[in-house]
This record gives sequence, structure tokens and C-alpha cells, in this order.
Amino acid sequence: MAPVKVFGPAMSTNMARVLVCLEEVGAEYEVVDVDFDAGEHKRPEHLARNPFGQTPAFQDGELMLFESRAISRYVLRKYKTEGVNLLREDNLQESALVDVWLDVEAHQYNPAISPVIYQHYLIPMRGGTPDQKLISESIEKMKKLLDVYEARLSNFKYLAGDFVSLADLSHFPYTYRMRHCLIPIQVSRRGGRA
Amino acid sequence: MAPVKVFGPAMSAHAARILVCLEEVGAEYEVVNVDMQAKEHKSPEHLARNPFGQIPAFQDGDIVLFESRAIAKYVLRKYSKSAGVDLLREGDLKEAAMVDVWTEVEAHTYNPALSPVVYECLIYPAMRGVPTNQKVVEESLEKLKKVLDVYEARLSKHDYLAGDFLSFADLNHFPYTHYFMGTPHASLFDAYPHVKAWWERLAARPSVKKLSAGMPLKF
Repeated sequence: MAPVKVFGPAMSTNMARVLVCLEEVGAEYEVVDVDFDAGEHKRPEHLARNPFGQTPAFQDGELMLFESRAISRYVLRKYKTEGVNLLREDNLQESALVDVWLDVEAHQYNPAISPVIYQHYLIPMRGGTPDQKLISESIEKMKKLLDVYEARLSNFKYLAGDFVSLADLSHFPYTYRMRHCLIPIQVSRRGGRA
Repeated sequence: MAPVKVFGPAMSAHAARILVCLEEVGAEYEVVNVDMQAKEHKSPEHLARNPFGQIPAFQDGDIVLFESRAIAKYVLRKYSKSAGVDLLREGDLKEAAMVDVWTEVEAHTYNPALSPVVYECLIYPAMRGVPTNQKVVEESLEKLKKVLDVYEARLSKHDYLAGDFLSFADLNHFPYTHYFMGTPHASLFDAYPHVKAWWERLAARPSVKKLSAGMPLKF
């Protein structure tokens, strides 16, 4: 079986979401860089993989996919075993809780944390000055979210229950970057369970 | 079996996302209003259902859920076999992946471009008494045109987004698109004939027609 391919800059946070799933299931994969600075993401070859010109994109044989959470689900379904079941689709209640907390990550956590990462890392890389007001507002939002996460993770080891799932893994890429920001946010007070 | 409960105003687009799936599988359900004006969504009773204090929330016996797309998928997984309906295609790796891709596109690309037009033209003037911010509307319409270019290409090849079968991905587009058609910019879709035809197919479904009747375009 040929290794699957993941297209995009290896360091990108959305790429990492897919790569962590591939690592968890032990699949063979290849990262194929897409050069944003050279406009490669807008060229026909890449648009054939992702018509919105974004990364990551993914290829397994003839199947082309995009959207990191959709790719992640495909990987976790395809390579699922007794020991590695990160979607729990065989159990109605468990799979629903995985979906709930994956949507929380996508629609609440991510919009709060990503401006911090973007302003702190990407803006200076392009020679700009971080917007401290936006960073502060985002951190205030994050604190309110983390209050809810703290309550949840006081009752369960992981977000969907006492089992690790895609919901937890999906938090990894941006949270990893956050831990390495020079911003005093009291993640350690909240147990740093991410 | 007791009917499942959906907590939130019936007119809410996010609640409609769930209701259309309930209708498609023919499940019995009850809509329990949550009075947003009275801040009922922040009451301890509601926070016990949705710790982020948002609507909708959902209850099926002991199971309490939130996040409209997660709830909708639970409904489809629970009732699909008995209803003879397969809108998630989880039995087929490739089809399920395509459903997931276009469900994500609705969430992260289509809705962020289209919904500001709905909020500025319909919701904010009615709910907050503020005038439409035309700059936001113009910027959103420009983004939406680029998105619809991609949809037009996709729907020129397939009747529906995930392939030649109706799926959860298509149904997710119903609520906000329905409200968009009540804004002064509805005619934007005329420039995208395959998109328009796809929308009309969705709008003609009995589930969509029934719910649309309870989602008036004049607030």
C-alpha cells in the first residue's frame, strides 16, 4: 500500500492536526510541501486537491480530501483497530460526545486561541507588530472557555469521557504553540491537560 | 419512547440544523423554547445542558448534548436504520469522507461568508434596532461570490455536494441560506445556475418546506 500524502507546510497548525492522527494510528505517510510564498496554493495543481486553495490537502490513492478535521476522521476510520478507536463510532453516546467536543474545539477554542498564535508568531515573521489589544481580548475569551474545560476535566480524564479521542487530539496543534508563547497565561493552573 | 427535546427558539438557524435532520428521519421531537431576551440561556438550568450558555441544546433520555452539528449527527446515527435514510454514509469510507469535507466547508467557509449578510440585513436591525453595516455586507458578498464559484464548479459535476446523493453536508446549508433568501441580496444566486438549482432541490424537500414555514423572513 502506498503511503498517503499530506500536502502543506509541515509546520502549519492545521497540518499538525492530521499528522498527529496519522502518528496515532501508525500509518505510513509523506508530507509534500506547498510553497505559500511562491503562490503554489493558488496554482491549478493544488486547486485540484483543494478548490479553496488552502492546506492541508490529502491523497489516498485516487481519493483527494481537504479540511483537516474531515481528513483526520477519514484517517481514524480507515486505520481504526481494537486498540486505537479515537472516533468511537460503534457507540452512539460516545461518538456524540467526541463530536460535541470536536465542535467546541472548532467553533469556540480555535477562534479564541488562533488570534493569539497568529499575532504572536506570524505577524512578527512578516515584519509586523502584534496587536496587543486583540491578544488581550482573545486571552479573556480563553479564560472563560478554560473555566468550562476545567469543570469538564475535573469530572473526566479526557474531553469526551474517560477515553482519549479526536476531540482531545484536535486541540494539540494550537495549544502546543500557545505553551511556547511568551505570554503569561495560567495554563498550568488548569492542569495543562491539553 | 419519549420524544427527544431540542432546547432553543424554533426560528434559530442552529436549531433548524437539528430539526431538519429530525424531520428527515421522521423522529418524534419537542422544541422547548429558551428565552434569549430574558437571558434564559445563561440560567443554571440551561448551563447544565450547555456549559457555554448557548443554544441549541438537546436531550434524549439521559443523554444531553450541545453543538448543533454534533446533535444532528447523533440524530442521524440513531434513527437512520429504522428510517431507511443514510445521510452520513458511515458504511463507506470514501462517501463518508466526502460528507465530512463538505460539512466542514459549510462550517468554515460558506457560513462565515454568508451569515454576516443575514445578521446585518435581517437579525441585527430586528433584534438590536441597529442599521445594516453596508461595509460588512459588501465584504461578505465578495467573499461569498468566490465561495459560490467553487460550489458552481462542484455542483456542475454532481447533483449534491458529497456526490450524487443527498447528505448531511447539503442539509447543513439550509437554515442560513433560507434566511439569506430573505435579504435584498438573494438574487446573487441567479449568477450560479447549478447552485441555484441545488438550493431549489433542497427547498422543495418536505422537511425543509415544513420548517421554512416556521422561519419567517420578516422578523
